[in-house]
Amino acid sequence: MKAFAALLDGLVYTPSRNGKLRLLADYFRTTPDPDRGWALAALTDGLDQRHAKPALVRGLVEARVDPVLFRLSYDYVGDLAETVSLIWPDDGTAADTPLRLGDAVAALQTAGRSEVPALLEGWLDSLDADGRFALLKLIMGGLRVGVSARLAKTALTRLGGAPLVDSVSLAEIEEIWFGLEPPYVSLFAWLEGRAGPPPVDRRIAFRPLMLANPLEDGALETLDPDEFRAEWKWDGIRVQLVAGGGERRVYSRTGDDISAAFPDIVAAMDFDAVVDGELLVLRDGAVAPFNHLQQRLNRKRVTRQMLADHPAHVRLYDMLFDGDEDLRALPFDDRRVRLDDWMRRESPGRMDLSPLVPFRAWDDLSALRADARANGIEGLMLKRGDSPYTAGRPKGPWFKWKRDPMLADCVVMYAQRGHGRRSSFYSDFTFGCWRPDDDGKPELVPVGKAYFGFTDAELAELDKWVRGHSTERYGPVRAVEPGLVLEIAFDSVHRSARHKSKLAMRFPRVHRIRWDKPHHEADRLETLEKLVAE
Amino acid sequence: MPRTEKTSPETWLRVTPQGLYCAAGDFYIDPHRPVERAVITHGHADHARAGHDAVLTTPGTAVIMRSRFGAGAAKTYDEAAYGETRSFGDATVRLAPAGHILGSAQVVIEHAGTRVVISGDYKRRRDLTCDGFEPVPCDLFVTEATFALPVFRHPPDGAEIRKLLQSLARNPDRVHLVGVYALGKAQRVIALLREAGYDRPIHLHGALTALCDLYAAQGIALGPLRPVGRESKKGFAGEIVLCPPSSLRDRWSRGFPNPVTAMASGWMRVRQRARLRGVELPLILSDHADWDELTATLHDVQAPRVWVTHGREDALVHYARSHGIEAEALSLVGREEEGA
Repeated sequence: MKAFAALLDGLVYTPSRNGKLRLLADYFRTTPDPDRGWALAALTDGLDQRHAKPALVRGLVEARVDPVLFRLSYDYVGDLAETVSLIWPDDGTAADTPLRLGDAVAALQTAGRSEVPALLEGWLDSLDADGRFALLKLIMGGLRVGVSARLAKTALTRLGGAPLVDSVSLAEIEEIWFGLEPPYVSLFAWLEGRAGPPPVDRRIAFRPLMLANPLEDGALETLDPDEFRAEWKWDGIRVQLVAGGGERRVYSRTGDDISAAFPDIVAAMDFDAVVDGELLVLRDGAVAPFNHLQQRLNRKRVTRQMLADHPAHVRLYDMLFDGDEDLRALPFDDRRVRLDDWMRRESPGRMDLSPLVPFRAWDDLSALRADARANGIEGLMLKRGDSPYTAGRPKGPWFKWKRDPMLADCVVMYAQRGHGRRSSFYSDFTFGCWRPDDDGKPELVPVGKAYFGFTDAELAELDKWVRGHSTERYGPVRAVEPGLVLEIAFDSVHRSARHKSKLAMRFPRVHRIRWDKPHHEADRLETLEKLVAE
Repeated sequence: MPRTEKTSPETWLRVTPQGLYCAAGDFYIDPHRPVERAVITHGHADHARAGHDAVLTTPGTAVIMRSRFGAGAAKTYDEAAYGETRSFGDATVRLAPAGHILGSAQVVIEHAGTRVVISGDYKRRRDLTCDGFEPVPCDLFVTEATFALPVFRHPPDGAEIRKLLQSLARNPDRVHLVGVYALGKAQRVIALLREAGYDRPIHLHGALTALCDLYAAQGIALGPLRPVGRESKKGFAGEIVLCPPSSLRDRWSRGFPNPVTAMASGWMRVRQRARLRGVELPLILSDHADWDELTATLHDVQAPRVWVTHGREDALVHYARSHGIEAEALSLVGREEEGA
């Protein structure tokens, strides 16, 4: 646990990506199996500790520490693991036999539900504050040390095994990741050149996606329209459908298996291929707003009612495998022909083709994009006709060209303390627009919440403003008097039961802080209602 | 001495727009606006301001105020050594060591048989650069609460200084920039480094030199110090450079190639705080009492009543009440006074 604790500490305090990679690679190189594998699982969110829930940890600490003091501390620190690690009574003596990470995981996995509290309590007593932090992060997840799963996997490519062994690439790791289980002993053996690649069932493998870069201002002038193809950018979630040999998988963008939530799609995958497309909710041929799709996400089971009310659909735009044939090295244009042929041949249900958008000059597309207010369209995709399907986000071949966001001036109503590096700052803002109340007097109703779009310096000013203008406190939330106007950018606005205004914004973010604008001049609710995508 | 009927302190001590005011003696404690008579606990800018007529403070604080504000900081100084008594109106005042920085004092006020102690900023652990805190039993204790949450437990100073020296040994090719408050923290960090046997010259940002000279002139040994000049900042690999926290991330520090950025502060106890400031090497070194010191002090001074000022009042008020001590946050006391 000591090495893992030192790793987490180092990651928190090392701002640079290269520095983090070095720390991770050093840790993986010097830590034995299975400890390093469990650490990798924690870093990639792959550790499932069913019994050690935050509520259990809170219960343990509140039995040791005055609950009021604990809550005040948690409110200040903003991170449960860190709060508990710092507040846990500590007489300064560490245990003689250090706790091994692998032993802790094994003990938790074999322990019965009723045994977990005592186990955890004993460990917390035996560790120092850094060790407690590491243990709690390990079992509760949500590390917040500034390391993505992808960065952790990238570090694996730098283990530097035997000098004669060719290093394993990130794409190779990602391709077999879906088939690996913690503590990844066979993976490390392969990375260190002691064994071949771990055997995985390739038929259901997730193939890492090719991603697009945002189109920068002025970039079009440097691009030749003849070399590019255009498609609509659909407002759903990216999926990869993998079927063959009796197996079927729906993978999310990051390679998570979401098949269980989409049995309607799985049932339609009566083919042997790997295709790439956008998951949508489609009714009578029309794309439903994104929040309808959200009802279907993150579910372990779906009811028949849900399937009927929110029918899923995949709009396809690329093809990676046709049977056993790998198409990824082919140019986009050729893959597109293969996809068209395959669709005609197989015509799978609940799927259609994302049409190519014809154009001659960039101006044609600019006009289309500006008018693209139809449901389900977020903008345009530009793809080079000669681009092979390359995992990752290569610069140059694919661009996403989102339509301009909508803007509204909204008044801050509530502020909540943030998490992670922004804990102890009021950084999440609920804002509203004006409407007449029952007596015809203007009242604010909340329309959304945003927590980014400002710099650290602006955050400090916003925090100060919130503290100086609070009217009430509810735990980590403060109500503030009307006075601060935020210009909010958002992609669209929908009907929703979540807010009193019956409206919800999609992807709201702070575009500008309008210190200058009187709050009574902020936008009215009826202005937003005119923008609703039905 | 016969025991007289004790008065309720809020009848003669209250919060005003100028700051905490003692009506019994017609003076203010650390007022933030110019007043006729001020008692100053210590030299930090949020406590010692310029423009008062008469100032009562320790010789150490008077030296600091003169150095910071020039000769005109106050019309007259009354420099009282720790323990010396003064009378103002119906109140007597003496200053007791607070252990915060050089010259820092608690204000002990007695009036009509009641003793009030205003802690100012304080800490309980040993500090080579100032006198140690003296607990004064009293009827009302007005305490600071900067680190009044049980997550704030400052580790031993020696361990934190070792972290800095170990990092120097591990990274001999990198300059170590340490963010420190110019008054108090800078000199304490230097003294701790010297105590740990570090005898190389320590380099100083220009904002720190005057106060380090002042400490040295007061007989506090700081060893060889070198100002960082305007010329190249490339020759400092493996050296320690102290600078104000704000300079860690400004143009000044960008001149140093590949620095290890350290910061000496009690806030460094919370990881994400350190991370937000871009600190690579957090050193938990504070001139304020941590949770254990704050709560131990409440018991040491045996006061049945406590007023809690600036900081995380809620937690300390809660702690005091659950230990049978009457406690209020001072800002609330002030507001009630206004309403009455």
